[in-house]
Amino acid sequence: MREKILSVIEKNSRIEIKELAVLLGMDEVAVANELKAMEEEGIICGYHTLIDWEKTSIETVSALIEVKVTPQRGQGFDNIAERIYQYPEVNAVYLISGGFDLLVSIEGKTLKEVSLFVSEKLSTLETVISTSTHFVLKKYKDHGTILGKKAIDEREKITL
Amino acid sequence: MRIPLSEEVVKLKPSGIRKFFDIVHEMKDAISLGVGEPDFDTPWHIRDEGIYSLEKGKTIYTSNSGLIQLRQEIAKYLERRYNVSYDPATEMLITVGGSEGIDVGLRAMLNPGDEVLIPQPSYVSYEPCTIIAGGKPVIIELKAENEFRLTEKELRDAITDKTKVLILPFPNNPTGAIMEESDLVNIAKVCVEKDIFVMSDEIYAELTYKGKHVSIASLPGMKERTILINGFSKAYAMTGWRLGYACGPKEVISQMTKIHQYCIMCAPTTSQYAAIEAVKNGDDDIAMMRNAYDQRRRFLLNAFKEMGLECFEPFGAFYVFPCIKEFGMTSEEFATRFLEEEKVAAVPGTAFGDCGEGFLRISYAYSLEHLKTAMERLERFVTKLRAEKENG
Repeated sequence: MREKILSVIEKNSRIEIKELAVLLGMDEVAVANELKAMEEEGIICGYHTLIDWEKTSIETVSALIEVKVTPQRGQGFDNIAERIYQYPEVNAVYLISGGFDLLVSIEGKTLKEVSLFVSEKLSTLETVISTSTHFVLKKYKDHGTILGKKAIDEREKITL
Repeated sequence: MRIPLSEEVVKLKPSGIRKFFDIVHEMKDAISLGVGEPDFDTPWHIRDEGIYSLEKGKTIYTSNSGLIQLRQEIAKYLERRYNVSYDPATEMLITVGGSEGIDVGLRAMLNPGDEVLIPQPSYVSYEPCTIIAGGKPVIIELKAENEFRLTEKELRDAITDKTKVLILPFPNNPTGAIMEESDLVNIAKVCVEKDIFVMSDEIYAELTYKGKHVSIASLPGMKERTILINGFSKAYAMTGWRLGYACGPKEVISQMTKIHQYCIMCAPTTSQYAAIEAVKNGDDDIAMMRNAYDQRRRFLLNAFKEMGLECFEPFGAFYVFPCIKEFGMTSEEFATRFLEEEKVAAVPGTAFGDCGEGFLRISYAYSLEHLKTAMERLERFVTKLRAEKENG
């Protein structure tokens, strides 16, 4: 039941509980209870909106930063990750395999703001050995959604 | 100068309801509930294999029966999903969509005057294909009170000593009806007893929302008297690739292959390569799409319930078939007014046989947002009609 609820609200968090119950063929109260339980258990962590900022007048700059760090005894990468994710401009922090340790996704208003964050805040952290910043030039697809294009239904209006 | 035309072909009715379809065509701003194909794109990994085959220069004919790798994979798939086993070498033919299988199958089986039982409402090609093949269509009118399933009695009543083939179109277009194993057992019994051959059109088999689809070919004594028609259009959202297949006893398949060889040569090669990927690795895609259809199906049934529109619960394909008899109009009148007054195109039930009168085929191969808009308009429309009726 939980999986079914999640698969729907992952794509449409604005759906009303009543409608969600109809789609899944479940009882409305049961669905509401499950949602509440999953919020409390931290399975559902938030309800966000996917925005294509390109189409607004608001300028944003985003970057992906590969970060190499020295893991700490007894803490591994957790402490340093925690230090990094506290900054509000940081969108996401992942521990990754490969040549780098952490991948940090960051969003700022200007190029300068992002650069300053890297040079003054991120690089100066004690355990950070090196960083490599990749500015995002264009977002094609985000959160499983293709940005910028609206699908047109080209099918014949009636086929038997 | 004489115009060279076959009288038999001239006599054939054009499919559907011309007048209504012409109005739909004219009305550019109308939204539709009338499609008979998925709204999904073909899953990327399948398209990718098609592209890859072109890159490799696989642009030549395949064998008449179709690529042997494809037939082998289909055989595995049918075994895995429906518990029927066919020899890929002799009991299978890759066709240009399920439609070709229907046509070629009937032509391979019928002699002049042979009767073909066609349950209706159903897809529009069975009747003309029977006529072109020299057979005589005998219509069985399915009933709403049986949820548009074929019953043993209906079948028995239609059988004569000329009956040769029964068409079994389930899951059904346009009603969405399915035949469960308990229903099929009764049909199979009669077919064996009366020595009737079955053409089972299972193109919507994967879109079943109650239990698992059962093929009549999997019942005892039926494989040897069944031509199973299936294809890639509905299950994998591959309508434009035009690819299907027919399975059955080798005596019939070999005759079908002969006709196919002379008029088609082979099914499109690119599509066949893509289809190998589909049957091998497409189960998850099917599950994803089936799940989406099922949610829309529930949404529509609930919408009908809320507006008090009578509709049995269909468990197959992507159609619902609500009853509009309460408004005292024909299906065509209802559909035409709905189109003109609310700008929504839905297909009158009569496009699928006379016994579709009083019903409307509504497709849910659309996004939920689209269906929501359409249902708001339908509700407004039926409210208006009821008020009209009340005020005389």
